[in-house]
Amino acid sequence: MTRISSLLAATAVGIVLSSGFAVADTKDKRIALSNNYAGNSWRQAMLKSWDKVTGQAVSDGAVAAADAFTTAENQATEQAAQIQNLILQGYDAIVVNAASPTALNGAVKEACDAGIIVVSFDGVVNEPCAWRIAVDFKQMGAVQLDYLAERLPDGGNLLEIRGLAGVFVDDEIHAGIEQGVAKHSKFKIVGSVHGDWTQEVAQKAVAGILPSLPEIAAVVTQGGDGYGAAEAFRAAGRPIPLIIMGNRQDELQWWKEQKDANGYETMSVSIAPGVSTLAFWVAQQILDGKDVPKDLVVPFLRIDQDTLEANLETTEKGGVANVEYTLEDAQKVIAGM
Amino acid sequence: MSPRTLRALLPALSLAALLIAIAIVQPRAMSYFGLNLMLNLALPIAFATMAQLCVITVNDLDLSIGSFVSFCACVGATWLAESPAFGVLVLLGCILVYAAVGALIHLRNLPSIVVTLGMSFVWLGCSVLLLPTPGGTAPDWLVSIVKLKTPVVPFAILASAVLALAVHGALMGSAYGAVLRGSGGNPQAIARAGWSQLTAKVALYALAGLFGVLAGLTLVGMTTSADANIALRYTLLSIAGVILGGGEFVGGRVSPIGAVLGALTLALAGSLLSFLRISPDWQIGAQGAILIVVLALRALVNRAEARAA
Repeated sequence: MTRISSLLAATAVGIVLSSGFAVADTKDKRIALSNNYAGNSWRQAMLKSWDKVTGQAVSDGAVAAADAFTTAENQATEQAAQIQNLILQGYDAIVVNAASPTALNGAVKEACDAGIIVVSFDGVVNEPCAWRIAVDFKQMGAVQLDYLAERLPDGGNLLEIRGLAGVFVDDEIHAGIEQGVAKHSKFKIVGSVHGDWTQEVAQKAVAGILPSLPEIAAVVTQGGDGYGAAEAFRAAGRPIPLIIMGNRQDELQWWKEQKDANGYETMSVSIAPGVSTLAFWVAQQILDGKDVPKDLVVPFLRIDQDTLEANLETTEKGGVANVEYTLEDAQKVIAGM
Repeated sequence: MSPRTLRALLPALSLAALLIAIAIVQPRAMSYFGLNLMLNLALPIAFATMAQLCVITVNDLDLSIGSFVSFCACVGATWLAESPAFGVLVLLGCILVYAAVGALIHLRNLPSIVVTLGMSFVWLGCSVLLLPTPGGTAPDWLVSIVKLKTPVVPFAILASAVLALAVHGALMGSAYGAVLRGSGGNPQAIARAGWSQLTAKVALYALAGLFGVLAGLTLVGMTTSADANIALRYTLLSIAGVILGGGEFVGGRVSPIGAVLGALTLALAGSLLSFLRISPDWQIGAQGAILIVVLALRALVNRAEARAA
């Protein structure tokens, strides 16, 4: 929107006409976010991004409302009830980060039957009538090994830090790492611990297994565990291997310190919490009558040696590196680019 | 009005107050479609509450009902769909296990909280073994029963009413029902009158198992597939439902109709808070506040009752 037109746009109608989006059809549509959990830095950042981007979209007149609802407890039955309430509140589209891929299917189907667009992301639902913006977690594991193969052509021993046992995401990233090890056969996983995506847990787990391990060339991770691993190696007095990071601020901060001190090189990969805003724009596009495939894949956010400083600067203390998506980004993802 | 009738009316009055509030905030909800949506997830809660009521009748507490309902939902989405005969057998077996837990608690004189807490991990473990990742499909007949479009009054309300009246008739109206309640109220007297305390406990635990199975099946019929953690919240909800409905933790003093109303109240309280756009950080607190208000009112009624006696 240009500055002049925004000055002219005293009324909502004026804003819509001047905003340059093809949004005239969705200006009276209301979108709700149904979220199952808000208890960690990633989810907090996700909600913040949603507020920021949708707040702007509402004042630009792209949609009439975009309200976020989080269940008080992370339980599928609660979220199903919440979705049913949102149906009654007359929203035109519901964007869902689901507590369970299956347990919400009944409620999602009811929403679809009531003519409501349902877009799930991150925690996706497998009810066929809903759209899914999935993260390619397997690729997130495989890409770590591709990077390591480039950096360490001779291969070596790997320590794998896994996430929370029994969670789908952990299985997927782990499968990707296994796949990468099969592809780059010079690497060998000599130890594996569960770090639960939490630095303190990862540090304890790594400290516990370290004495039994041979020399470690690199540590493959799932995010939220790289800094803990580094601390464990330091405390044990062992040389610090190449540790893949997961975009958390404390990890990037440590990486920066090491980079400045001794030229330490690594990479960092995770999902940007701003994926909620991508889901928002996808829902808006569907409401606008665009033809959108039911399954979309969201790109993950990768930070390399040269983009470290820029990303660290924009990441809040205790937060996660983030990108917020625009309508154009969403259109690109929809077009499969 | 006597304190006794007032006490019996309290659950109905709180539910009515809640419905009026919802009608004002979100008039759209007061239609057949709206009531059906708001209440259909209340039906499994009502069954779970009834299961809890059976156990509370004999002064025990069941901390495993949530994971038991989850397990039944998992069975419903897997074995019951693939080989119905085997599925039914497993569910009947579950009821037997519940009866056995009742017998164990009585014979060894164990605290029910400890035994059922232990059992909750057993059920959860079984669910995870059966469905390591969320999934499964509910059998079509189950889905069509739960989604039944009854004329005029939504199915969830009809089913809750039938449940409330049936249990009321059995527990409050029949002679053996009085014995069952008596085994919670005054076990010595019941024993002296020649009734077996063991049979009473086993019967009530088996009933609890039956209602738990029904809760699991209705739940999986609505969600169409299951998750090992799907109903863990029901443990506390069911206890709150019984107490909200006029039950007491000890003394065999329970009210089946009140318990069903209590379960509906708890389910609707969530809807109202969501319609009011109360932030999630405050929602649990607000739900607690509703509970405290109702219980405070009841304490007042109790005091009046004691004065009248």
